[in-house]
Amino acid sequence: MAQASVAARTAETVAARLGRRYAAERRFRLLGLASILISAGFLVLLLGTVVAKGWTGFFQTQIAMEVSFDADVIDPDGNRDPAILDAADYPALVRNALAARLVPDGDRSARRDLSALVSTMGAEQLRRMVAQDPGLIGAKANVWLLASDKLDMVNKGQATDTLNERQLGWLAELNKAGLIRKAFNAQFFTGGDSRAPEQAGIWGAVVGSFFSLLVTLAVSFPLGVATAVYLEEFAPKNRWTDLIEVNINNLAAVPSVVFGLLGLAVFLNVFHLPRSSPVAGGLVLALICLPTIIIAGRAALKAVPPSIRQAAAGLGASPLQIVAHHVLPLAMPGMLTGTILGMARALGETAPLLMIGMVAFIVDIPKSPLDPSAVLPVQIYLWAGSSERAFVEKTSAAIMVLLLFLVVMNMAAIWLRNKFERRW
Amino acid sequence: MQTVILATILLLLSSLAFQLGRKRALAVASGHPGTLHSLPGYYGWWVALWCGLPAFAVLALWVSFEPGLIRALVINDLPAALQGLPTEQIDVILNEVRNAAQGHATANADFAAAAEHYLRLQQTGYAASVAVTVSLALAGAAFALRRIHAQLRARPRVERTINIFLVASSTVAIFTTVGIVLSLLFEALRFFQMVDFLDFLFGLNWSPQMSTRSDQVGSTGAFGMVPLFTGTLLISAISMIVALPLGLFSAIYMSEYAQPRIRAVAKPALEILAGIPTVVFGFFAVVTVAPAIRAVGAAFGLNVAAESALAAGFVMGITLIPLISSLSDDVITAVPQSLREGAFGLGATRSETILQVVLPAALPGIVGGVLLAVSRAIGETMIVVMAAGLSAKLTANPLEAVTTVTVQIVTLLVGDTEFDSPKTLAAFALGLMLFAITLGLNVVALHIVQKYREKYD
Repeated sequence: MAQASVAARTAETVAARLGRRYAAERRFRLLGLASILISAGFLVLLLGTVVAKGWTGFFQTQIAMEVSFDADVIDPDGNRDPAILDAADYPALVRNALAARLVPDGDRSARRDLSALVSTMGAEQLRRMVAQDPGLIGAKANVWLLASDKLDMVNKGQATDTLNERQLGWLAELNKAGLIRKAFNAQFFTGGDSRAPEQAGIWGAVVGSFFSLLVTLAVSFPLGVATAVYLEEFAPKNRWTDLIEVNINNLAAVPSVVFGLLGLAVFLNVFHLPRSSPVAGGLVLALICLPTIIIAGRAALKAVPPSIRQAAAGLGASPLQIVAHHVLPLAMPGMLTGTILGMARALGETAPLLMIGMVAFIVDIPKSPLDPSAVLPVQIYLWAGSSERAFVEKTSAAIMVLLLFLVVMNMAAIWLRNKFERRW
Repeated sequence: MQTVILATILLLLSSLAFQLGRKRALAVASGHPGTLHSLPGYYGWWVALWCGLPAFAVLALWVSFEPGLIRALVINDLPAALQGLPTEQIDVILNEVRNAAQGHATANADFAAAAEHYLRLQQTGYAASVAVTVSLALAGAAFALRRIHAQLRARPRVERTINIFLVASSTVAIFTTVGIVLSLLFEALRFFQMVDFLDFLFGLNWSPQMSTRSDQVGSTGAFGMVPLFTGTLLISAISMIVALPLGLFSAIYMSEYAQPRIRAVAKPALEILAGIPTVVFGFFAVVTVAPAIRAVGAAFGLNVAAESALAAGFVMGITLIPLISSLSDDVITAVPQSLREGAFGLGATRSETILQVVLPAALPGIVGGVLLAVSRAIGETMIVVMAAGLSAKLTANPLEAVTTVTVQIVTLLVGDTEFDSPKTLAAFALGLMLFAITLGLNVVALHIVQKYREKYD
């Protein structure tokens, strides 16, 4: 009797607790789901902000103006000397055109306000037009002039305080007359860095990144493959190879800024490589991604079944022939996958490059790996630190380009893995 | 550029040597390749190696020593008054000379003369290097070609060379480590000659800005690294508060609960998060997170600094989520199924099993993963450079701006190249500390992870 009541009471307590336990289970499960969703939310937020702030950077505002190519200004002597044509006062033509359209009888301050509407590129545009076709001199032509970053910001609705009242009035007037348009920003993809946001481009940084990665690949791939082959196929198991292994694992975890210090002390101060050049940057990046390549390479070699080696050995191949003719070709896709992932990491690496001087302001497009140049992530860092508001959208646009390259590289790695994945 | 041309010439010569060697071997065999010791190609390789290796070795030596040699010769030729100047000023002069040599105008007649000398030296040097390397290549090839005979053991010789290359490559990792340690140690020692080691280690003041003249105010900077390390620890702690629960719960959900469909989406998403460059996260911190935190703080009447430890730590936490989740995922899946089934058999719910059986079993591995994440947080640079600020304050308030070790390393070195001031050298001392600490953390973490793994093997 007593026992039965105890059992009944136990069953009761269990039943009462069961609801709470199930509720705890549900809460725990939700917690897990929530943390995944939050993490994914951060990713969406990050990409969303970059795209929302950056897509306008691919377009730029232009102003249509009827420019009169006054012979008095460009070529007062009338002898069409290219040197004189080149040195003429084209900014005056731009100012005159603007003044003629907007404030025919403006004072000095009005003219100053006017010239703040158009980029200094405007004069350059006219110079090029005249150089191409000297017949323009004395004529009038409708030209789409590149707007200044201040006007650009207002026109894109990203700011209203970069222009003053009078300038805002002009902008409204021009807009009403249909003389303002947003055009594709080709300059962004073909130009080098510039202090003026509307003229700044990423091509210099893309070329610099390309040269750096070329150096990185040329140095780290052969070294990485050779090290992986030696450690996996030939190395005896002794203290020396243990030391190498421990070293490689440790190098993989060394902060990249320390590699920058190494590059500064060794490549720049001892070997006197040119500062802020892709050669120095590429060498530092090569050391950074070497462990990745070695570790991936060893995994790929390990995946090749021993029967392949034994078959080749049975036919009389030397150890090196076994590796070179049979094992390495089979392991190559895996090694390439690891290499591409390592290169993708190197492409995004910034801190060590700051140490070896790749933060310099460089306008020219580098022509060889020895020229000073910028690289994409450092360009992003530089623009992110600029005070002009228009650089926010340029930074975001450059980030989009960088992420695009990363996505392409990762897709290539995945494609390679899937295409050559093989089970023995 | 000229070196590249020369290297291309040498490569062409080597491939020519390969062809000649192969032909010569076949000729020696007189139509019966079977009588040769090795395959004909190996004779080609042997000759190519003889042709290329010595020449490239000389070229490498030349490339590494030429700038120093020319520099010494040019300095030697400068007027005596200029030679006595300190090294930095001589560097400036040499820059001028180099610019002049590249065709830029120079006002100084001495420089113009030196530039001419410099150009002449460069040309002579290049001509000499071409002559020496090409003749070495030709001589090597000729020597090897003459020595080809049917019994020559070409394959073992070629293979031995390749083996030496393999061994040499694998020592690069060691050289890198040695290079890191030596370069850090060497510069740090110079720093500690100027600044007391104990002051550096325990000093509470960090202001590396030094005036150039000794009679000015603040002529001796303060190099106490305690504020930097507290700043680093503060930001790392914030990042771990963000990353640890999110990463751990993500891993638990993915390994224990998630349908394959969710897993197939969530795992790559976390991998994308891991693959985004940190400079992008830094930008995100500056443009989005920091203003948001300021706005929230203002709503509560708090005064948040524009560059707060909270913003930097929060964003760094986001970057560490994938690391923690993937490492914990590994150790959680490594817990044997039988442990879970035992718990289920006793009537435990899934969450009870996870909390009371799986997590305790996986704990050492998770701790190891967390330590790795901490070491990553300590060494992370770009996010803190962009979002954390520069003021070395001794504070535990996450709403204030703090600075970190990595931020100081970057700011001390960017744009500053004189290696005599404690300001520049301090960066190397900080780097040494950073290297030692992260290395220690990594070794401990790997040790814990590995020790745990052995239990179920």
